[in-house]
Amino acid sequence: MTGLTFLIPIALLMGAAGLAAFFWAMRSGQYEDMDGAAHRILIDEEDEANP
Amino acid sequence: MNAPQLSIDRGETPTKGTRFTVPGMRCAGCIAKIERELPKTDGIVAARVNFSSKRVAIEHDPAIGEDALTDALLKLGFEARPIDENPLGTEAAERKQLTRALGVAGFGMMNVMLLSVSIWSGAEGFTRELFHWLSALIAMPVIAYSGRPFFSSAWMALKYRRTNMDVPISIGVILATALSLYETITGGEHAYFESAVMLLFFLLAGRALDAEMRTRTRAGIGALLGRMGKSASVIAPDGSTRRVPANALEPGMLVLVAAGEALAADGEIEEGRTTIDNSMLTGESAPESVGEGAVVHAGAINLGSPFRMRLTRTADDTAIAEIARLMDEAGQSRSTYVRIADRASRAYAPIVHTLAALAFVGWMIAGAGWHQSLVIAIAVLIITCPCAMGLAVPTAQVVASGALLKRGLLVKDGSALERLAEVDVALFDKTGTLTLGEPRPDIGALNATERKVALGLAQSSRHPLSQGLAKRLLDEGVEPAAIVSVEEISGQGVSGECAGVRVALERPEIETDRLAVTLKIGTEQTTLTFEDPLRPDASRTLAMLRGENIEASILSGDRNAPVEEIANQLGIPARAEASPHDKLATLEALRDSGRYPLMVGDGLNDGPALAAAHASIAPGTASDASQQAADAVFIGEKLMPVALAVRVAKRTMVIVRQNFGFAIGYNALAVPLALFGFVTPLIAAIAMSLSSLVVVANSLRLAGSAK
Repeated sequence: MTGLTFLIPIALLMGAAGLAAFFWAMRSGQYEDMDGAAHRILIDEEDEANP
Repeated sequence: MNAPQLSIDRGETPTKGTRFTVPGMRCAGCIAKIERELPKTDGIVAARVNFSSKRVAIEHDPAIGEDALTDALLKLGFEARPIDENPLGTEAAERKQLTRALGVAGFGMMNVMLLSVSIWSGAEGFTRELFHWLSALIAMPVIAYSGRPFFSSAWMALKYRRTNMDVPISIGVILATALSLYETITGGEHAYFESAVMLLFFLLAGRALDAEMRTRTRAGIGALLGRMGKSASVIAPDGSTRRVPANALEPGMLVLVAAGEALAADGEIEEGRTTIDNSMLTGESAPESVGEGAVVHAGAINLGSPFRMRLTRTADDTAIAEIARLMDEAGQSRSTYVRIADRASRAYAPIVHTLAALAFVGWMIAGAGWHQSLVIAIAVLIITCPCAMGLAVPTAQVVASGALLKRGLLVKDGSALERLAEVDVALFDKTGTLTLGEPRPDIGALNATERKVALGLAQSSRHPLSQGLAKRLLDEGVEPAAIVSVEEISGQGVSGECAGVRVALERPEIETDRLAVTLKIGTEQTTLTFEDPLRPDASRTLAMLRGENIEASILSGDRNAPVEEIANQLGIPARAEASPHDKLATLEALRDSGRYPLMVGDGLNDGPALAAAHASIAPGTASDASQQAADAVFIGEKLMPVALAVRVAKRTMVIVRQNFGFAIGYNALAVPLALFGFVTPLIAAIAMSLSSLVVVANSLRLAGSAK
């Protein structure tokens, strides 16, 4: 029983942290260009850094 | 749509952001090319590509105009148009709201589920009560937040004394929550918070997927609207001019249109003569000469000298906005199957409520006690919600339209897919349909230097012949020569100096019946003739149509000889010199004989035939009348989208029937089970959400159908 007093707040906090991360990702536009992200990984970055 | 903001802060001058739509981006190479090469142009600080919406956001020195940026993109080989800040903003906001609600519901579902699992595994007494209270504390705000899309829609429906799918969902969720809260407060055994939250989560997942698919379909429409001018120079009564954005223009304003500018609204010319490129609307690639009193449309480009026009129709009234609206209808089609589904859902919703009420009364009479009766009623309410039926048709059509859009075909109406699936004979117009309808030069006679000079000159002109020439030369990998003091005289040609020699692209001195230009370098002259070639994949497309058991033939208004030539090349029967009336009669005769003809054509003369055909497709270069009459519009040089459309349409109808069969079967099985009390609200929520997701997932199989 005493374990629960720690575990439940921890579970809730972790969930809330995940939710906050999701909101942040949405706000900073990371879901705006899903196809682009899939393609960008193929871009060679050898010759120069991307601006 | 909002690409991440770039690092603007480079210390020195403030920069300006401009967005362009660049439909030509296809691969990672394009992204890399644009993002690396553009900043090498003077004044451009950075470029960021949004591949999904085919857009580029450019950070640049405010001194650089949009024309210069467009040219810079063109030099990299991409056609581009500047676009407004966010033409479809409300749509995006709605989608974001859905995604957020989905995130919150997901968070709530996971935590409530965790607690519920412990209760099911036998938590007793104080622990169970504690967990019920915790579930309530998590679930209530989550339901309040994530349920809003459903509650507001249900409220709207009830306000107008109608009912829709969201009404039973909302009632079910609210009842389940209220009952669970009562149980929690009185220390009862069962709470159904997890059912309510899980129902919301899965339903939101379905809605978010649907919204995403629609957004993709709309990106193509945004590209079309991007061709309209963004602003115009309005002349005030005192003679001064100021730039006014396109959406603030009003009918009656007097506007000065500079050479090379795209028109931002429809209007009448008050003063000046010029030539305009009206290919956007009419599909006619040759420039049109217009004078005072002529009507000009938004999206046309002024090739000649400046003129003044009086606006007649602005913003959303323009002809091009009208076309865009027609295309938009693809997203909210009213096909027969959709209508059936709508009617079924509408007739079904009252049945759901009645059944739930009957279940409650029935179990009360049977002596089950009000608590158990209410639980069963909630289960019936949730499990019989006609979501799967409502999703059966639109999801399949939206996914199929999206798949076709990627291959360059815009389906305007969902019912078009149904009709396309039935066609058994295809008729093609020749010019602009089987052929490109665009002048392509024969450049075999040019040597390397001449090619460079020709490209340098052609690039600096907006004349269709110049653009055709420039495109051809760029395809050959020619580098343009540097031309100085370039001058364009409307109706004559473009001239300049290259390495001290006078060079020019001019109208040939001897008039011919074919389109031609003369390239002059010093005293040397070469004449280039332009032809209208077949679309590169015309014969493959016809072969694919034959594979689908559709016979093709040509129905053209052109003279016999050229039509025969094309017909022989493609090996299909042809009929030439058909008047618009003949074309219409041919199609009507086919329909009367019980056939389902598909008409593919672009000209004004095809308009009646397109409207009369069972299904019709027009190329994107077609006149607006033809585009309006056609069920679908294909973009680009390839004819293949026509054959793909038929194939995808057939697959779509298969999927639609599967979806319907599944939805009906699910309800036939689940309703009796729920009525007889074999289903708890949790199982009902899972079953109902799963049935919706199965339908959506089945429809998603169409995503790859246009490969």
